[in-house]
Amino acid sequence: MGFGKHKPKMLLMGLKRSGKSSISNVVFHKMAPHETLFLEATTAIQKQNVMKFMDFQIWDLPGQIDYLSSSLDSNSVFSDVGGIVWVIDAQDNYLEPISRFTSAVVALTELYPSIRYSVFIHKTDSITEDYREDTIRDVMQKISDELFDEGLENPPVSYFPTSIYDHTIFEAFSKVIQGLVPQLPTYETLLDTVAASCRFQKVYIFEVTSKVYIASDTKPSDLSSYELCSDFINAIMDMYGLYSWDRPKTSSISPMDDERHQDVGAQTVEAMVCSARGNTVYLRELNAFLVFIGVSKEPNFQKEKAMVDYNIQMFQNTLLRVLDRG
Amino acid sequence: METSKKVKQQKKKVLLMGKSGAGKSSMRSIIFSNHVAKDVRRLGATIDVDKKRVKFLGNLLLDIWDCGGQDAFTESYLTSQKSYVFGDVGVLIYVFDVESSDFTDGARGHSDRDLQTYGSIIAALDEYSPNARIFTLVHKMDLVANEYRNEVIRSKTAAITARSGRFARRIGTYATSIWDETLYRAWGSIVNSLIPNLDIVEEGLKDLQRVTEAEEVVLFEQNTFLTVTRVSSEIGDENPRGDRYERLSNIIKTFKNSLSGYTESNSSHQFDSFTIKTGIFNLIINRLTYNTYVLVVFPPGEAELQCARLNILSAKDEFARIESVAEGADDDFRNLRGK
Repeated sequence: MGFGKHKPKMLLMGLKRSGKSSISNVVFHKMAPHETLFLEATTAIQKQNVMKFMDFQIWDLPGQIDYLSSSLDSNSVFSDVGGIVWVIDAQDNYLEPISRFTSAVVALTELYPSIRYSVFIHKTDSITEDYREDTIRDVMQKISDELFDEGLENPPVSYFPTSIYDHTIFEAFSKVIQGLVPQLPTYETLLDTVAASCRFQKVYIFEVTSKVYIASDTKPSDLSSYELCSDFINAIMDMYGLYSWDRPKTSSISPMDDERHQDVGAQTVEAMVCSARGNTVYLRELNAFLVFIGVSKEPNFQKEKAMVDYNIQMFQNTLLRVLDRG
Repeated sequence: METSKKVKQQKKKVLLMGKSGAGKSSMRSIIFSNHVAKDVRRLGATIDVDKKRVKFLGNLLLDIWDCGGQDAFTESYLTSQKSYVFGDVGVLIYVFDVESSDFTDGARGHSDRDLQTYGSIIAALDEYSPNARIFTLVHKMDLVANEYRNEVIRSKTAAITARSGRFARRIGTYATSIWDETLYRAWGSIVNSLIPNLDIVEEGLKDLQRVTEAEEVVLFEQNTFLTVTRVSSEIGDENPRGDRYERLSNIIKTFKNSLSGYTESNSSHQFDSFTIKTGIFNLIINRLTYNTYVLVVFPPGEAELQCARLNILSAKDEFARIESVAEGADDDFRNLRGK
């Protein structure tokens, strides 16, 4: 499963104190945003295996090292890289970060043309709303102007305003990772089918630890559905942790009960919340790392549950076959 | 004949005091309104006394007096407004900011100003409401690094107790932060000490536990999601997560806020039911009465899940009856005493 010998790599780069380690801790290590204040400066390359189902690696590079200087073995760092996330602190003076970024893109595009770049215009929560749009637009404009001047007319660069204090960082990472998932179109088609047959408004496949979603149906994404589903997973996982302790086995189980006991024990996790206004959020575990989540406005969702179960079971079987094929 | 099912409400005056900036208004808005920790950064200083009436469980009326902590106000509480502020108090909640440089016991020349102010407040309370209950919170614990936490809590608790005068043996001290479940543990205990007729409700929960063969049944207040009371089976009692009740309050309240953001509705009744089905347990949280939600944790299996759902539905009527009995009980009690 995966990409054979090569593990796809994602690099997290940017100037020092731009927020890279805080980002990777909040997204991939469940750190609460306010705890990142206690993090110390990164002094060595932090490699992390995340997204186990796809063997991603995140390399958190210390901000003060110049990677383009010839003294460094750039091949060991940049080969096999699928995407680079460049973090720019938007509440600080961003002219230097921008020019460092554009120099990096110019230098790397020649040797490694398949790398895609995602600029995180970061710490936007600290900018007052009036200036936020302007700042974002300014950063985007300056970068594309500088790259254009260097001869790169249509560079593979996407932009995301982000903050670790809300869901934008997770949405951004979701989009970045989806760009690196090779079978994305297949997943999307499968999800479209499930959404239509079960009448879900929006469906996702989430990775449970990071709360990054690796695929969704092709209806336009909206942050509010994402936030709701992400918060729902958090609630489920937290409650699961409170009651998943090892209970003492009951002493007398008849052979028939024992078989049923095993069947029941093998069940995957399913969860549902029905809001007072008729919205339903439905979650179903797909494997150890992935869950299916759907949001529905159907008032009769509970009654249609048998059909939903059937459709999702079909979906799950197909999906797992696709995942296995790599 | 007009039904005399008028809800006799118990009113309790709750004083919320502490130095300016300690976090009183933030806590209050997180527990009783539906704010999340992020939102309270925008709160300004409280001017004089901010009074808020909160209904809890339908028959308990809490008059929360959020007292501005700036020096000028504290002065006036202890002088011209003394009997007004300190009369008829049911509970005093005193909040200490753990980071305050004035919050030491005065040793080695460090300032003990915060504890001195606390001492004056205690004296005033003793004068006008000697039967009041006192809870002290050592707040903003998230700002203390993990390795120092236990020592800080121990030393601050000792310093506070030393200044609590006649109340010393009766105060409850809690370490809290708005960023985790400790806030719910403290406020859950505070509010619980005020709820009347808890035993009647507990009987009802025990019945539900028996019928569903549940490991655990917990009753929550619908708006704050503070734990009202709970019942566990023998197996349920062995759960190693001792802090699970306040964690549940925190988890569910957080999700409720998220749901309210999505549906763009401010109603406190955000969801009807919440279900988790796993290979090791089943969990249902359901609306029980207008004022309460019930959480039931029971053995796994689809059949068990459906059974539990039916049992909870039948319990609803029973609990609505219990709720009105509990409300009336105070009335009967008073009548018996010939008032």
